Amino acid sequence: MQIKDLTALETGRKIKNREISVTEAVTASLERIKNLDPALGSFVTVDEEGALKKAGQIQALVDQGELAGPFAGVPIGVKDNICTKGMKTTCSSKILYNFKPPYSAEAVENLEKAGAVIVGKTNMDEFAMGSTTETSAFGITKNPWNPAHVPGGSSGGSCAAVAAGMVPCALGSDTGGSIRQPSSFCGVTGIKPTYGTVSRYGLIAYGSSLDQIGPIAGNVEDCAALLEILASHDLKDSTSVERKDLDFTVALTGDVKGMKIGIPAEYMSEGLDGQVGDAVKKAAEILRDRGAEVEEFSLNLVDYAIPAYYVIASAEASSNLSRFDGVKYGYRASQYEGLHGMYKKSRSEGFGEEVKRRIMLGSFVLSSGYYDAYYLKALKAKAMIKQAFDQAFEKYDAVLGPAAPTAAPPIGESLKDPLKMYLGDIYTVSVNLAGLPGISLPVGVSREGLPIGAQLIGDCFQEKKIFRAAYALEQGRGAFPRPSMDWAEIKEA
Amino acid sequence: MAKQYETVIGLEVHVELATKTKIFCGCSTAFGGAPNTHTCPVCTGMPGALPVLNKKVVELAVAVGLATNCKIHQYCKFDRKNYFYPDNPQNYQISQLYLPVCYEGGIEIDTPSGRKTIGIHEIHMEEDAGKLIHDEWEDCSLVDYNRSGVPLIEIVSEPDMRSAEEVIAYLDKLRLIIQYLGASDCKLQEGSMRADVNLSVREAGSSTLGTRTEMKNLNSFKAIARAIEGERARQIELLEEGKAVLQETRRWDDNKEYSYPMRSKEDAHDYRYFPDPDLVPVEISDEWLEEIRSRQPELRTEKLERYKKEFDIPDYDAEILTGSKRLADIFEETTALCRKPKKVSNWLMGETLRLLKEEAMEPEELHFSSEHLAKLILMTEEGVINQTVAKEVFEKVFREDIDPEAYVEEKGLKTVNDEGELRKTVEQVIRDNPQSVSDYKGGKAKALGFLVGQTMKAMKGKADPGMVNRLLKELLS
Amino acid sequence: MAGRISDEIIEYVGILAQLELSGDEKEQAKEDMEKLLNYIDKLGELDTEGIEPMSHVFPVKNVFRQDQVTNGDAREEILQNAPQKKDGAFKVPKTVE
Repeated sequence: MQIKDLTALETGRKIKNREISVTEAVTASLERIKNLDPALGSFVTVDEEGALKKAGQIQALVDQGELAGPFAGVPIGVKDNICTKGMKTTCSSKILYNFKPPYSAEAVENLEKAGAVIVGKTNMDEFAMGSTTETSAFGITKNPWNPAHVPGGSSGGSCAAVAAGMVPCALGSDTGGSIRQPSSFCGVTGIKPTYGTVSRYGLIAYGSSLDQIGPIAGNVEDCAALLEILASHDLKDSTSVERKDLDFTVALTGDVKGMKIGIPAEYMSEGLDGQVGDAVKKAAEILRDRGAEVEEFSLNLVDYAIPAYYVIASAEASSNLSRFDGVKYGYRASQYEGLHGMYKKSRSEGFGEEVKRRIMLGSFVLSSGYYDAYYLKALKAKAMIKQAFDQAFEKYDAVLGPAAPTAAPPIGESLKDPLKMYLGDIYTVSVNLAGLPGISLPVGVSREGLPIGAQLIGDCFQEKKIFRAAYALEQGRGAFPRPSMDWAEIKEA
Repeated sequence: MAKQYETVIGLEVHVELATKTKIFCGCSTAFGGAPNTHTCPVCTGMPGALPVLNKKVVELAVAVGLATNCKIHQYCKFDRKNYFYPDNPQNYQISQLYLPVCYEGGIEIDTPSGRKTIGIHEIHMEEDAGKLIHDEWEDCSLVDYNRSGVPLIEIVSEPDMRSAEEVIAYLDKLRLIIQYLGASDCKLQEGSMRADVNLSVREAGSSTLGTRTEMKNLNSFKAIARAIEGERARQIELLEEGKAVLQETRRWDDNKEYSYPMRSKEDAHDYRYFPDPDLVPVEISDEWLEEIRSRQPELRTEKLERYKKEFDIPDYDAEILTGSKRLADIFEETTALCRKPKKVSNWLMGETLRLLKEEAMEPEELHFSSEHLAKLILMTEEGVINQTVAKEVFEKVFREDIDPEAYVEEKGLKTVNDEGELRKTVEQVIRDNPQSVSDYKGGKAKALGFLVGQTMKAMKGKADPGMVNRLLKELLS
Repeated sequence: MAGRISDEIIEYVGILAQLELSGDEKEQAKEDMEKLLNYIDKLGELDTEGIEPMSHVFPVKNVFRQDQVTNGDAREEILQNAPQKKDGAFKVPKTVE
């Protein structure tokens, strides 16, 4: 078996057992990136020199017995909106094209403590605004299963890199589905944890009340183990939650006997692609076979999630992104007149179209005379959506549904109609509004050869329940194929 | 007959709180320091940095609220105020709009027409901005974020004031309360207390408010008084000419004694306030509130009453001493050390105030230690030095905070109590001044004073004047 | 509601957001915003009588720091990304006329 085919935990075990060295693991990752990424475009920055240096240091610590955790020496990709000290962090935006953070995100600190080796920063939709990774200022990422299709977004780079076997795992962030939807499109597994579980310190904010960092990997166990590393109560993030139940991997029993799982009828109706619906039904069958009770139920207010989400996320984004002004870091226009000329030119040239669209919308909904009608109304809708989920979780241990209405669309199709693209977030955004955990894992492949994922949603702080269900589903599903990647390989001359 | 006008004034007072660290990060609030040396990712608006609230800020804000008779919002939140300006690194200021920590309070001031209450609409917590330095050599400005994130409270009064005198009385009272609480040093010149004046005029007797303007950049009580007079005159002139007063923000130029509109088309004044998602609500429990209340120090009114009862000093002295937190502190500390309240009060009311006036200093700027004043008083009382020497030594204490004991020792200023030595000097003075001696003997009592003076001069001031008097009388009898 | 986003509103929002849009971009922004708001108007159907607006999903409160200095001088790191700097400060176009 080649290193590229190992899971994160297998890689860690082999390093621990001296079957491979850290340098071998990291080199294999870097080689594969070099070989495939020119065609795939999943990385914005690859830190070959830093990663190899780090590999040596980690190996020494492993040899001295000072690092024995499951991720010691495991190569990892980090989404480019998560700050890495001294390593460029651009949010895939021209406005941060040269930004080297003076500090690392708490999640990155946690990774480093565990001995993981960051090989580079992964591509994304600019400032995490988008569902396709086409809005990146540094080129689009392609779907490893079919280069004519998008990998999804906004964590498209991380999901594509894992799917293509360049790294066994990666970090993503999820504000409205940005981990779960591209995981579904790329045939990998990703979880958005309960809000407050992973510190947001150092995650460049899009919608602060919705953003969460989460793991992306080849299977459920890797995700659970990686989340154990990432989760921490951080005093630098006021919204970080102190939790005692972070031993997620103990939930991976393979058994779902007695679990009650609900499928929202509203998730299986109009707008859902038939093949996706069939895949979700198949997942329900697997869970039933393994002893879970699965039934359809009616989840209220599904139609209000997208409008509420876009109001809240855009409003927060308009304020969060006002700090990008050409004064302290990043891009400053070369020609301008006066202070406000500098602001306007730098921002207009530095931000892409989709980001500007959301900043404009967010500024409008917060402006004098509209605040109550839009922003306050959306916060009330959010409260009601949370209530609807509270009711569902009184009855069910987990909610099952699709992660996206379709498999990955062709490149170039989504950006033509922003509203249509936003509507694709229907199954993911309410999870962010209600602060819930949600995991996406592959359950099928479409007739066109593209993967299809299913999503399991849990109540707040109930990651263990969805890990348990997801693991059982994965066991029942069996090994999931990997994309061949023939199309991308640079052949030796 | 010319119309009579009434001036209606409300104030927005910003006060920097006396915390060690900034409101949302662990950077020092120390004044000065080279540009940007007291900064971190949080107070410079780095991407991904997050604020965490300094607990002390809440406690000081509540303390000020309690001392100004405000109600406390026991559940309060922070909001973002969005506007672009380089002194504001995030391009939003974290402040409180919807639920300010304190509301509906007020303080009493004394006016020529009697006691009056000035209402306080609210007090909210917020962060200060950085400093812009205008570069003389290049056509640019430089940004220093050392002050960015220093905690502020903004105290918003009701439009209850009618004259510059009332405004000054209100500010004085407010400043005294806050200084007593130790919540801020309230120095207008250094900007730790800043007042914006909202002013409108209306015809006397009218009950509707006129259009108001807001004036900024007022950094002394005198400037505030001048700005109020100037703006009142400007608005009345407009109304007399049949023109309208524009609602706007104006910048007072104290040199030119005129205010200028601060307008820009980029200023939409639409701050798009919304609750800051990065901060969680503050809940002030009854217990916490009680704890803050129980820690409230004695305020001016209580202290004044106590002084009148406890110390044998004139009421007038008690008024003056308690009129400055610093003077009151020195008075109490010194009295505790030397147990001579009357003497302490005399030194403060006399020499200290005289020197303050001479140096054009505020009592809050006093920097000598109570130990040194107490020592000086005891040395005088014990006759170690005489009054004249004591005054000379006090000047040194006032200016350089010297240790009077060491100083007197070093300079040899001790009163000479050796009667033999003094007798010799007196005899010499009698020999050298036959005219005065005969004048004295001839009944001119004044001549004795001259001889005492001559003796003191010969003793370089170090003699005990009582003893000199006695010896002279004895030798001349 | 059609035509609620006027040229003036786009101009005004551009000032609030400090974005300078070209003529074409303004037209596009008008059209996009109109379309999005029409969709967002769906929220108006929702009866939110008596519902408290929810900013935070969890009732977390009173997260504080103690008043202790934890940061030293990090000026060099703070300034390292500045597009323009001078004398230890960030350099910007003149702020007052």
